[in-house]
Amino acid sequence: MKLTAFAAAAAAFLMFGPSQAMAGRDLDQIRARGQLLCGVQGPSNPGFGFPNAQGQWQGFNVEVCRSVAITIFGDPNRVQFVPVTTQSRFPALSSGEVDILSNNSTWTLTRDSNVNRFNFPAIVFYDGQSMMVPRRLNVTSARQLDGATVCVQPGTTTELNLADYFRQHNMRFTPVVVADLDELRRAYDSGRCDVFTNDFAALAAQRTLLSRPADHVILPERISKEPLGPVVRQGDEELTNIVAWTVFALIEAEELGITQANVEQIAGSSTNPIVRRFLGVEGNMGESINAARADYARQIIRTFGNYGEIYERWLGERTPLGLERGQNRTWLNGGLLYAPPAR
Amino acid sequence: MSSTALAPPRPLIPLPGGTTMRGVLWQAALAIAVILIGWSLYNNMLANMAARGLQFGFGFLNRSAGIPIGEHLIPYTPADTYQRALTVGLLNTLRVAVLGVVLATILGILLGLARLSSNPLLRGLTGGYIEVIRNTPLVLQLVFWHAIVLQLPSVRQALNPLPGLYLSQRGLKVPALMADSALFWAGVAVLVALVAWWLLLRRERARQEATGERRATWAPGLALLFGLPILAGYVIGAPTVEWPVLAGFNFRGGLTLSPEFFALLLGLVIYTAAFIAEIVRAGIQSVQRGQWEAARALGLAPGRIMRLVILPQALRVIIPPLTSQYLNLTKNSSLAVVIGYPDLVSVANTSINQTGQAVEVIAIFMAVYLIISLVTSLLMNAYNRAVALKER
Repeated sequence: MKLTAFAAAAAAFLMFGPSQAMAGRDLDQIRARGQLLCGVQGPSNPGFGFPNAQGQWQGFNVEVCRSVAITIFGDPNRVQFVPVTTQSRFPALSSGEVDILSNNSTWTLTRDSNVNRFNFPAIVFYDGQSMMVPRRLNVTSARQLDGATVCVQPGTTTELNLADYFRQHNMRFTPVVVADLDELRRAYDSGRCDVFTNDFAALAAQRTLLSRPADHVILPERISKEPLGPVVRQGDEELTNIVAWTVFALIEAEELGITQANVEQIAGSSTNPIVRRFLGVEGNMGESINAARADYARQIIRTFGNYGEIYERWLGERTPLGLERGQNRTWLNGGLLYAPPAR
Repeated sequence: MSSTALAPPRPLIPLPGGTTMRGVLWQAALAIAVILIGWSLYNNMLANMAARGLQFGFGFLNRSAGIPIGEHLIPYTPADTYQRALTVGLLNTLRVAVLGVVLATILGILLGLARLSSNPLLRGLTGGYIEVIRNTPLVLQLVFWHAIVLQLPSVRQALNPLPGLYLSQRGLKVPALMADSALFWAGVAVLVALVAWWLLLRRERARQEATGERRATWAPGLALLFGLPILAGYVIGAPTVEWPVLAGFNFRGGLTLSPEFFALLLGLVIYTAAFIAEIVRAGIQSVQRGQWEAARALGLAPGRIMRLVILPQALRVIIPPLTSQYLNLTKNSSLAVVIGYPDLVSVANTSINQTGQAVEVIAIFMAVYLIISLVTSLLMNAYNRAVALKER
């Protein structure tokens, strides 16, 4: 190295010092960038988030992210999807590689705490951990699994629940832990494991990819509570609010009976003040949460429909996953979905 | 540093003290630059962590890990601490690395010799093997071996070539010896037999030096090695054997070699052996022809020429690059994560995920790999000095 060049480098280094992390808010960064970076489960999670033949991301979690983009930018296409694995997702979020995770992450105390410093603005899917076994094993209950070999993804609550469940029931098991979901599914499919464990909905999704899906059953036990939802970093209350009220808008629309088909007509004709405020016909709810437009909810419903419509499109009984609504009905229909009042 | 030997014709900037002084100044500048860069990286990390409100610390090591690990050389349950979980991972890494190094060396030497064989078929096959293996990515090979191992019969149709030996997708099951007093005495008997063999070997060598007559020691040696433990078994009682039995989902009892371990070991050994073979070939070819001719003129048999004359000289060329291959094998074992063998990196990755302490955990496993590599280098360098050409 030439001494002059070296001296210049050293001087520049001493003057500017190590680069400091920006202390600015996440939402400002997202607006400045013009794009929301959304972490989804890679390489593919059927129903929830998967690239189609053209390489475009589709699915339940994908539409949640696109809805957030509508709230922030008024444009569902201002999202860049970043595939993350169960192991890379949280480092990716905390390092700023993505702004938001929409990949079926479970809300837990540790993740929400001062240690990990994440926020879970809202729950989009209530799930529970289940076990899938080949039909030929004639197993009908998880309590019969003593001594089984279990395929499980590392870095998940699933992995911890599994250990807890077998400990609690005094049973033994051998874990086979593979990070790559495809590789793990192949291991189960080839018979390396007796059991494949994951959240119920994720198992249903993985089952569609097995060589003979009909030869496998998901056992009735739900061994854990898995409230799943988008995740953001702590420290930006505005972004947290935007994500929360985007999810609540999807739920509220279903509660109010507003659908993709009738949203414009209702907005034009409804005299119900709740509906009028919700759809931005009157009031300034959009502005209060810093949304791009006062009628962000109306725009979301027009683009994707309400929660129920998105659910049925990607996960419901007419899809390969064939999931019942179950707990994921609105509270009005006996489910757990409940949006706080939009006023 | 011998900066005087390479004195530049014209100094860039005139400095007092001549070339020696300049050399010192340059090195001091470099050292300062390295320290500054290191310091800034560390500061940058702390600043970034502080900006995200993350704490730096190793307190998590004493918390209960909760993560299940399939293979462990020391007792482990999910209730144990992260520290123990990482130790389990480390031992799994060492287990595959040590076995891998030994097997890759043996296979590599055999392949290297076969590459120089006068038999064109053997030479060609070995050449093909080496070229194919060296020129495809290791990750691909590991996934390939893993897929092959998973094609074994299911656990219920396990192959049973020998009593107590079962081969299936769940791995290789062998009978286990229970740790009891009989096993202890059997171990003592093996040790005694080995020492006796060694003494015998020494006596025979001294005898050969004195009289020139050679007598093989392997027959009495093997007799001792097998005879003594069997004798101990008769006197004290045979060690208890735990046979693997199919019960419920899996085999119970016995020892398991998991398919992940097997695939990883197979992949690492086959891959590294191809490189070692080339190193061995180069080493042997570096020994001058005159050495072969002289040895032949003395009437030594071909096998003994190789063992007594050629290999000891070839080792001087072989050892330094061989050290690199050992280090490579150890570091490559971290690819275990792809096929699900619970090595250090695999356990560490999971720990990062559960604790959020990414920087600390990565620092730990970098330090561990560094220590393993330095120790390997240290041992190999000591060995290299022992076999190096000594000028007397």
